[in-house]
Amino acid sequence: MHTRQNQKNLTSAQKKRFTAAVLELKRSGAYDALVRTHDKYFVPDRDRKLRVGHMSPSFFPWHRRYLLEFERQLQEIDAGVSVPYWDWTTDSSPASSLWADDFLGGTGRTGDRKVMTGPFAYDKGNWTVTVGITESAFLTRNLGRPQNPITLPTAAELQWAIDDPTYDVAPWDSTATAGGFRNKLEGWAAPKSERWRNHNKVHQWIGGHMTGGTAPNDPAFWLHHAFVDLIWDRWQQKHPGSGYLPAAPLAVGDLQRGRVIARDEPMPPWNITPREMSDHRSLYRYE
Amino acid sequence: MKKITRRQALGATAGALTALGLTAAAAGATSAAATPAEPTTPGTVDEVYQGRRIQITPGGGGHHGGHHSPGQPTVRIDGRELHIMRNADGTWISVINHYETFAEPKLLARAAVRDLQGAALVPFGGAA
Ligand SMILES: [Cu+2]
Ligand SMILES: [Cu+2]
Repeated sequence: MHTRQNQKNLTSAQKKRFTAAVLELKRSGAYDALVRTHDKYFVPDRDRKLRVGHMSPSFFPWHRRYLLEFERQLQEIDAGVSVPYWDWTTDSSPASSLWADDFLGGTGRTGDRKVMTGPFAYDKGNWTVTVGITESAFLTRNLGRPQNPITLPTAAELQWAIDDPTYDVAPWDSTATAGGFRNKLEGWAAPKSERWRNHNKVHQWIGGHMTGGTAPNDPAFWLHHAFVDLIWDRWQQKHPGSGYLPAAPLAVGDLQRGRVIARDEPMPPWNITPREMSDHRSLYRYE
Repeated sequence: MKKITRRQALGATAGALTALGLTAAAAGATSAAATPAEPTTPGTVDEVYQGRRIQITPGGGGHHGGHHSPGQPTVRIDGRELHIMRNADGTWISVINHYETFAEPKLLARAAVRDLQGAALVPFGGAA
């Protein structure tokens, strides 16, 4: 049982232990295997294939299990480390201590968006991108996207998702706009003019590697998704009578049958069910 | 109409950008500075955008990676294939932009060029 802390409350010693454990995971090659897993399980909802990580109800339990895998591997290196969370509704500036030299480092430089500061700067020699989409070996960011500014989601936008008592609705994909906490929080359920909200918008705000399929190349990924995980917890607290949907496998003839994970169906690659992931309190708690 | 060669088209683009004082990096996120390189067949795009060549050919095969649905167009940036995916509502995402949708592959390709900031794509299938 461990506690996931708000990143803004970490001591400098805790930040150092967290980043050192991440760097060690990178050195061993295990980190890049995790990046590959995320890329592999991003299946778009037009494909007639199982969607487990994104654009589907299992977005929350799949990422919970994925973060647990990362955290377990960190704890094998340093048992005192856990994944911090980043509340982007409050720490919403590129000047936040999150982006300081002693933690994640700052934005990318003009021109090629190469991150130049912090432990994950390529020039420090400990963070080479190998599972990338481009030939560049350095981590990239574009905090706040100054060329075409974007702001992080507000507390009100987050609350709009949490207030929805229904976990998810048919057709259980990016077009599920008849309501549903999952899609409102994942971020596809926005008007065309806005295009994304909440979780998706945070990926856009960070920019660089975080906008692509290999987003976990940026360690900020884990802090973003730890907050997404906490938001699922807050939604459960607010709606104790609501649960994960669909509760049962979809009927024969439903176009989404075989493409969406129901409450008691196994999620690859771990073959654990959404039900088994729906209560984290025996594993960790949030401060 | 006199048909110009690709070399001439590329030269003209670079010259026009230089004359306007725009470099690829300075052209900005919303610039639509794109020049068709040659006459196209329907569904085909061949243009130079912010100094990068975007080629889109309609679907129908030619993929080796096995990631794609049949009939999906092929998008290339400077000759390297950009892995693209279609969503349920008909919009598109790419490996460069997984969390933002685009109405058509050309807009997706232009967004990828802006995000690449000059970087070359890895050969298709290289990251998987
Ligand atoms: Cu993800
Ligand atoms: Cu994400």
